Amino acid sequence: MDGMNPDVKAERKALIEEVLSAYPEKTAKKRARHLNVYDEGKPDCGVKSNIKSAPGVMTIRGCAYAGSKGVVFGPLKDMVHISHGPVGCGQYSWSQRRNYYTGTTGVDTFVTMQVTSDFQERDIVFGGDKKLEKVIDEIHEMFPLNKGVSIQSECPIGLIGDDIEAVAKKKAKEHGKMVVPVRCEGFRGVSQSLGHHIANDAVRDWMLGKGKSKDFETTPYDVVVIGDYNIGGDAWASRILLEDMGLRVIGLWSGDATLAEIERGNKGKLNLIHCYRSMNYICRHMEEQFNIPWMEYNFFGPTQIARSLRAIAEKFDDKIKAGAERVIAKYQPMAEAVLARYKPRLEGKKAMLYVGGLRPRHVADAYGDLGIDIIGTGYEFAHSDDYQRTAHYIKDATLVYDDVTDYELEKFIDKMRPDLVGSGIKEKYSTQKMGVPFRQLHSWDYSGPYHGYDGFAIFARDMDMAINSPIWALNKAPWKAA
Amino acid sequence: MPQNALKIKDHIDLFNDPEYLEIFKRKRAEFEDMPSDDEVAKQAAYINSVEYREKNLAREALVINPAKACQPVGAAYCSAGFEGTLAFTHGSLGCAAYFRSHLSRHFKEPSAMVCSAMTEDAAVFGGLNNMIEGLANAYALYKPKMIAVHTSCMAEVIGDDLNSFIIQSREKGSIPEDFPVAFAHTPSFVGSHVVGYDNMMKSILSNFWEGKERKPGKGVNIIGGFDGYGVANAREIKDIIATMGIEGTLLSDVSDVYDTPADGSYRMYDGGTSLADTAKSLDAKATLSLQEWCSDKTLDYAKSKGQEVATFNYPIGLSGTDEFLMKLSQLTGKPIPESIARDRGRLVDAIEDSLAWIHGKSFSIFGDPDFVLGMTRFVMELGGEPLHLLCTNGNADWETKMKELLASSPFGAMGQVWKGKDLWHMRSLLATEPSDYLIGSSYGKYLEKDTGVPLIRIGFPIFDRHHHHRFPTLFYKGGLRVLVTILDKIFDTIDEKTKVSGISYDLTR
Repeated sequence: MDGMNPDVKAERKALIEEVLSAYPEKTAKKRARHLNVYDEGKPDCGVKSNIKSAPGVMTIRGCAYAGSKGVVFGPLKDMVHISHGPVGCGQYSWSQRRNYYTGTTGVDTFVTMQVTSDFQERDIVFGGDKKLEKVIDEIHEMFPLNKGVSIQSECPIGLIGDDIEAVAKKKAKEHGKMVVPVRCEGFRGVSQSLGHHIANDAVRDWMLGKGKSKDFETTPYDVVVIGDYNIGGDAWASRILLEDMGLRVIGLWSGDATLAEIERGNKGKLNLIHCYRSMNYICRHMEEQFNIPWMEYNFFGPTQIARSLRAIAEKFDDKIKAGAERVIAKYQPMAEAVLARYKPRLEGKKAMLYVGGLRPRHVADAYGDLGIDIIGTGYEFAHSDDYQRTAHYIKDATLVYDDVTDYELEKFIDKMRPDLVGSGIKEKYSTQKMGVPFRQLHSWDYSGPYHGYDGFAIFARDMDMAINSPIWALNKAPWKAA
Repeated sequence: MPQNALKIKDHIDLFNDPEYLEIFKRKRAEFEDMPSDDEVAKQAAYINSVEYREKNLAREALVINPAKACQPVGAAYCSAGFEGTLAFTHGSLGCAAYFRSHLSRHFKEPSAMVCSAMTEDAAVFGGLNNMIEGLANAYALYKPKMIAVHTSCMAEVIGDDLNSFIIQSREKGSIPEDFPVAFAHTPSFVGSHVVGYDNMMKSILSNFWEGKERKPGKGVNIIGGFDGYGVANAREIKDIIATMGIEGTLLSDVSDVYDTPADGSYRMYDGGTSLADTAKSLDAKATLSLQEWCSDKTLDYAKSKGQEVATFNYPIGLSGTDEFLMKLSQLTGKPIPESIARDRGRLVDAIEDSLAWIHGKSFSIFGDPDFVLGMTRFVMELGGEPLHLLCTNGNADWETKMKELLASSPFGAMGQVWKGKDLWHMRSLLATEPSDYLIGSSYGKYLEKDTGVPLIRIGFPIFDRHHHHRFPTLFYKGGLRVLVTILDKIFDTIDEKTKVSGISYDLTR
């Protein structure tokens, strides 16, 4: 790959300096470590990560509860997840991740429901354990077909010294159903990330290999897909490829998942992980405990999908290898037709990304397939291993920003004027007002799926509609346009 | 079959393709270990039963699908309506992210807010250092004219003292000595977003009023309260002030900040009640609130300063607006101008034209306390019959007032008041005793799906329809908009019902 023009690098470095100059000295020093211009060939992105956000700066991050209830547990469909504490956390996260599932909501599945213990002052003063017991009893009365309950702790729980583990054990025994206590209070850690980890630990300690789901026959082709939350149906567009190549997806964590799929998670021959950040912990545990190997894969865009299908097939016999080739051959003409339609409209466009713990790198080649260059990227809650993994995906002189603040992001967008920004709901409207096209890359902007070949077609369509909408040429009044 | 690149299907159609339906079936049969179809069918029927309704209504601790949010989001909304004001959440960082997302999803607008990013060490030692550093950063970076601090439940549980923290921050030089910082304790485990609005309003006013001598004038302050239609309704309020030629101040005016133009630049602050007007509002003759439950403490405070006060319950339509205007006229001595009378006449005219389609139809309504009061009253003016009137954040006083309202009209005879109940309760009510229509926020879409009662989307939040907040709901003109929204759904429902046979699928109605 050709190195970038040194002027571009110098310009971007100067831009970082300019942005930092707005901060008080102490904060500027802190923030400087999170911003960098990438030098090709370096093994990581040269930024610090997973560090406390500075107060007062409008970080885009969420909290541990968001990481546990919002990400890992929320999609698990046949359990009831209690937002344990005051009403707000559950209310703001209610039905917001579009974790699609099949089932009869309120009868055998519960994903799009907001179930809360709705703490009042007396619960804070006297403790909430009694109330929690009653909440669980009433859940079993209202939803007798539930497979279990998880307790998603909000901030006050850890501060008032409630013993939710004791309640969990007691109620699990009484009702003969699983109750999983999760200590994901929002003040723990520095972002969503610790919430993922805590949720993984809860899966390990309370769920994996436990419970009452019926045993079943395994085969040499059994895999568990981990870290796909089925946003807009992503996991289904992935599953169709894996099954088509001859594998058996015995569990899908946790998009459209049932408790049985979690409990049997240790019965696969291989764990396939998509969102490394949110679920690598449980993969490492299963590797140590059950000798189940795991591998990362990437189902965004035809280049990465084909590469991943072949890499997965490498772990199996010739039958599966042939299956992978068959699947690639089946979908490749469609992928090429999509590229033929959209690439000429998108080639040479520039995009900036700022997303969670996976997409800032995982989608880079999907954009690349469409001819779109990533000129800036960053993560809300990545760790250093994510930034190491990112180095393979990005080009020289890419601007990298960790835990970016709204202030920095706006300045970067304003100065670099990308053709597209991919980020979240909080960034969407300010970016569009600046006249810059935008797609939400957490929720797929209510579209999707974006995973798999079927998803790529939608991804391409959506990026084109964002970038090439006629509205962008009309956002200046003609009598004011220069 | 893979997608057709020339006719790309997204999730709305893709998952009806046979390949995907096959996947769902196989997954369920082989891996899910779900209850049998029989069990599911039995339970699905049971949750629609009267027996289930009784159990459901007997719940004491469990809350399912509540229609309320927590205090700080109300506080943040209130502070967004003041000139150059930056909302500041003192507490953990996820809260501000949630409040911002929640408001953005409704208004389809940016929602600026900072937080003090408290973590475990702050849980042990308190959040003083977070406040000191946070105020310094927010002031330097976002150059606000005022910072309005509210709390998340973490700060409340550990007992952080905002007043003392802000004083210490000033001493440390985080912000200039005279820089306005309003602050309100807004525990999420007390009340709801409407109380948070009240607490923040009182705190902002006291920030400007305390220590000042009141020089009683002729002006009137108006408080809109937490309102999903705050953008357009603020414009209606200001329009009335201008048309009547009165000296009036709308306290917390979000009409610009949640409705900025797209013209190439992002305005983090826009419009809002000026800080000068906020200071002057002490001298007003009276403060009127359009939402009683958003202004309890604020009006007590205004009263304590010598102002007259009056409250209304989200005046939609005729009588509510009549009362508000007459009070305004009485307080200011200004007559209600003919142009407003003509607006009234237009609403009456529209109701007369359409009454046949609404008269005698039953409506269930859920939402904030004042909204349910105002909407119930309007429905009765239209000849509709309120049925289940549910307010998760309604208290005993609200219940009493609702019952009085229902008793005031023969159209209220069927009305049942459900205080402190949630939308899973409403599900049982509609399943066993359905109304013809349901009025409420986007959360009601699950009720529509489960019970078949058509949802008329009016309330907060509206996430799944766009731009409704740009049109008013209050007063005569807002009433017209609400009337049209109700009628559109009624006509759509009739068309849907009749389109198969073609009988009654009429061109003119």
